[in-house]
Amino acid sequence: MSKDILVIGGGIAGMQSSLDLADMGIKVHLVEKLPSIGGKMAQLDKTFPTNDCAI
Amino acid sequence: MPEKNEDIRIGVFLCHCGSNIAGYLNMEELAEFAEKLPHVAFVQRNLYTCSEGGINEIKKGIKEQNLNRVVVASCTPRTHEPLFRSSCGEAGLNPYLFEMVNIRDQCSWVHMKEQENGTNKAKDLIRMGVAKAALLEPQEAIMSEVEVRALVIGGGIAGMTAALALANRGFEVVLVEKEEALGGMLNRLNRLGPTMMPASDLTAEKVRAVTGHPKITVFTHARVSEAQGFIGKYKVDIETESGVKKVDIGVIIVATGARAFVPKGLYNYDGKRVVTQLEMETLLKDGLAPGINNVVMIQCVGSRNNERPYCSRICCQTAVKNAMLIREQNPAARVSILYRDMQMYGVENEEMFRDSKARGIRYMNYSPDRPPEVEPDKVRVYHALLGREMELPADLVVLSTPVVSQEDAEVISRLLRVPIDENGFFLEGHVKLKPLDFATDGVYLCGSARFPSNIREAVAQGLGAASRASIPLSKGSVVVEPIISVLANEDACRGCGLCVALCPYGALEIQRTEKGRKVHVIDVACKGCGVCAATCYQHALSINSFTDQQIRSQLEAYLG
Repeated sequence: MSKDILVIGGGIAGMQSSLDLADMGIKVHLVEKLPSIGGKMAQLDKTFPTNDCAI
Repeated sequence: MPEKNEDIRIGVFLCHCGSNIAGYLNMEELAEFAEKLPHVAFVQRNLYTCSEGGINEIKKGIKEQNLNRVVVASCTPRTHEPLFRSSCGEAGLNPYLFEMVNIRDQCSWVHMKEQENGTNKAKDLIRMGVAKAALLEPQEAIMSEVEVRALVIGGGIAGMTAALALANRGFEVVLVEKEEALGGMLNRLNRLGPTMMPASDLTAEKVRAVTGHPKITVFTHARVSEAQGFIGKYKVDIETESGVKKVDIGVIIVATGARAFVPKGLYNYDGKRVVTQLEMETLLKDGLAPGINNVVMIQCVGSRNNERPYCSRICCQTAVKNAMLIREQNPAARVSILYRDMQMYGVENEEMFRDSKARGIRYMNYSPDRPPEVEPDKVRVYHALLGREMELPADLVVLSTPVVSQEDAEVISRLLRVPIDENGFFLEGHVKLKPLDFATDGVYLCGSARFPSNIREAVAQGLGAASRASIPLSKGSVVVEPIISVLANEDACRGCGLCVALCPYGALEIQRTEKGRKVHVIDVACKGCGVCAATCYQHALSINSFTDQQIRSQLEAYLG
């Protein structure tokens, strides 16, 4: 069985899953339909309640 | 190591953060100021330094301008320092030759209405950052091996789920439960919304899987009495009925759950005619007594007040579920829910809420200024929307009380050196970046130990925490930040042990050496908090990247 994992969607959920899997040593293929990853999160300014910059 | 006489070339990158910084500080003035600072060879302004373009500019600066120190003046190091450090690393510069200056949180945000002062403060901070950068020295990351075994504290649904997820990946798990039986809060529940599946079905299935799993060792009626060490290497004592068991542990998951608030002295609570929602679960499990025809539920009992300001979220869905189940057992029963606000998030909860209204469950809004009054056979309530007082006959009154933290949360907090919040719930490392990790590496959390969670959320968090814990277990080793304490002047150390007593991480020990008693830093356990260096009256200990000399240079730059 191939051990690679496909993640569909490069928003915050998809990116976090990909990162955690990659950190476990698993090869991840992340597919995003838009020209850049980041999803809705990348369109936000500050995020509540810490006011951290979303990007 | 850089040559002694190495030409220091500092690059300063000023981040606009969109308008977060540039909207309130004079960036042009800051750039001109930075250019004149000692050793500064290059200054650049970026719209977003953390964007791909911004990062490339840093890398380009390092390569094309031969920068050997980088200062970024932008947002908070809490979120962005790791990114900028690794970017320096990718461009071939030691990641610890990087210094970050926070001109957003400390300047533009807090001095929005006084731009000149804000800009001047940013100048001071940049001047200090540059002075320190000139004295930075390269550091090498520390590698440490990981014991491939997890400890899960708490055998409720979150803990059992986490234990199973780890065990199914092939990792050994030790599960410690303080009660006689696994299951936690599930053992006290009747049926689970919105599917109304019996709680015992879920418990039975999970308990069977956990106890039958060859990789999971379960200790019930047990508690963790000692946990010394750090990520990858914990020495844990488990107090069981048959004595203390000692285990070597790599990672720890805190899944200690929570309990229901007991409303002593509120609304004539007696546990018989006036019960809590949790006691209602038992009444429903045993079968509702005949003659219970009028039921009144009161929401937010003992919560969303000064003492417990939080909303415990799951009580509304529990009330609606139990109201429906009462109607199922006694279709003639009249059930009224007195609420302040209904918290029915998510598709299924909203559907259940609507369904309950269609089935005749009555909802009445009350104001906390005029709370309902419970009398022997009725409840008096001022209907805030209708604007009039109503009298509801009541054979049974059910109080929806909040989920509160475990009594032993503080003990576990001290034992594992992880924080709890003002309500006694465990506090994650970062709300968004590390929701299931503690700030301490190698310790994770899930379920109601963090915040009131329903079963679905507890399961999701259990899986998430297991996934996070799998990272160091899969790798078998961890890389630890080298910004730690070092015995910089061994001769000065007298082995007094003052620092050992004060270290909050157990990272220091006294060793006998040829030169006598000397302190030894357990590098992977050290978090670089600096307590030891500040305490050492002999100035024997020093913190990498925060040496006395570096801090003095910042102060001199500020005062100079």
